[in-house]
Amino acid sequence: MKGLLGRKVGMTSIYNAAGQSVGCTVIELGPCVVTQVKSTDTDGYNSLQIGFAEAKEKNTTQPLKGHFKKANTTPKRRVQEFRDFNIDKQLGDTITVVDIFAEGDAVTVVGVSKGKGFQGGVKRYGFAGVGDQTHGQHNRLRSPGSVGASSYPSKVFKGQRMAGRTGGDQVTVTKLKVVKIFAEQNLIVVKGAIPGHKNSFVTVKKK
Amino acid sequence: MDFIRFVGQQCARDISKFDFFRPGDNVAVTYEIVEGDKKREQTFRGDIIKIKGEGISRSFTIRKISDGIGVERIFPFNCPALTNIVNLKKGRVRRAKLYYVRGQVGKAARIREKKFVQSIAENLKGKKRKWTFDNSVLYV
Repeated sequence: MKGLLGRKVGMTSIYNAAGQSVGCTVIELGPCVVTQVKSTDTDGYNSLQIGFAEAKEKNTTQPLKGHFKKANTTPKRRVQEFRDFNIDKQLGDTITVVDIFAEGDAVTVVGVSKGKGFQGGVKRYGFAGVGDQTHGQHNRLRSPGSVGASSYPSKVFKGQRMAGRTGGDQVTVTKLKVVKIFAEQNLIVVKGAIPGHKNSFVTVKKK
Repeated sequence: MDFIRFVGQQCARDISKFDFFRPGDNVAVTYEIVEGDKKREQTFRGDIIKIKGEGISRSFTIRKISDGIGVERIFPFNCPALTNIVNLKKGRVRRAKLYYVRGQVGKAARIREKKFVQSIAENLKGKKRKWTFDNSVLYV
């Protein structure tokens, strides 16, 4: 699967050909540097490792410094491997948006969702809450209700959905349409929302 | 670099052919509507009561009294359905958002007109938005 690493810029809206306003996300995608090439002969499978975003030299470990030096490039903050990339690039080459994506493509975006802290069942799992503000609810409008039966099984089953730390998970969004590409600025505009906050790292993949 | 603004600029439509207007102006807005597979144009004439937003999401609200009932429409400046905007009367108003007209009926709901001495539009090549006032102050 081909893909590139990028950064979420933010959301805006664009008018399509039919005159409708479409909510879109702008992603700064690449340019990425090939930091390692794996092949069937040496590693047992084909893949490409690419890096994105400049890292500070002092924050890079010695082993990684050597790794980037091999590819004749500067240290990168994000490094990711893509299996079966199938693109004619060598170690140290740069991959840009237009090498992989075109307008109209359906892409998959992977990112880490915004952290929401400790949240109750209503926000975390979409529980309905208890009734309305009527029916004698004194102070438990958003309580989870029963968490299981009584004497049998005499315990709460594992995996019972309860309140807890929410967000900050890896989220994959599939079939997002590429609305526009600005090659010079390394920008890609996709229809719809993607996980994460502004400036968060995302991976954009294409079959 | 502000990429959101950049994308907005790249995707914005050319609105320079529309008349410039401000809140209080009486404006005729022509827009396309699709009925089945036919397209036709319709004009909505009324007073501008609000201009809000910036960049690609900038929009204006226009209000008229139709058969004694107030009707408001909101148009984004970048809406592709907009075909023309003609500024018919400049209004003399003292605020940017004219929400107060919603509560007024009859004569009270009128907006006083601002009279011009002359339009110098022809001198400025297509930029209809420039006018002179009584005091000959150029207003852009």
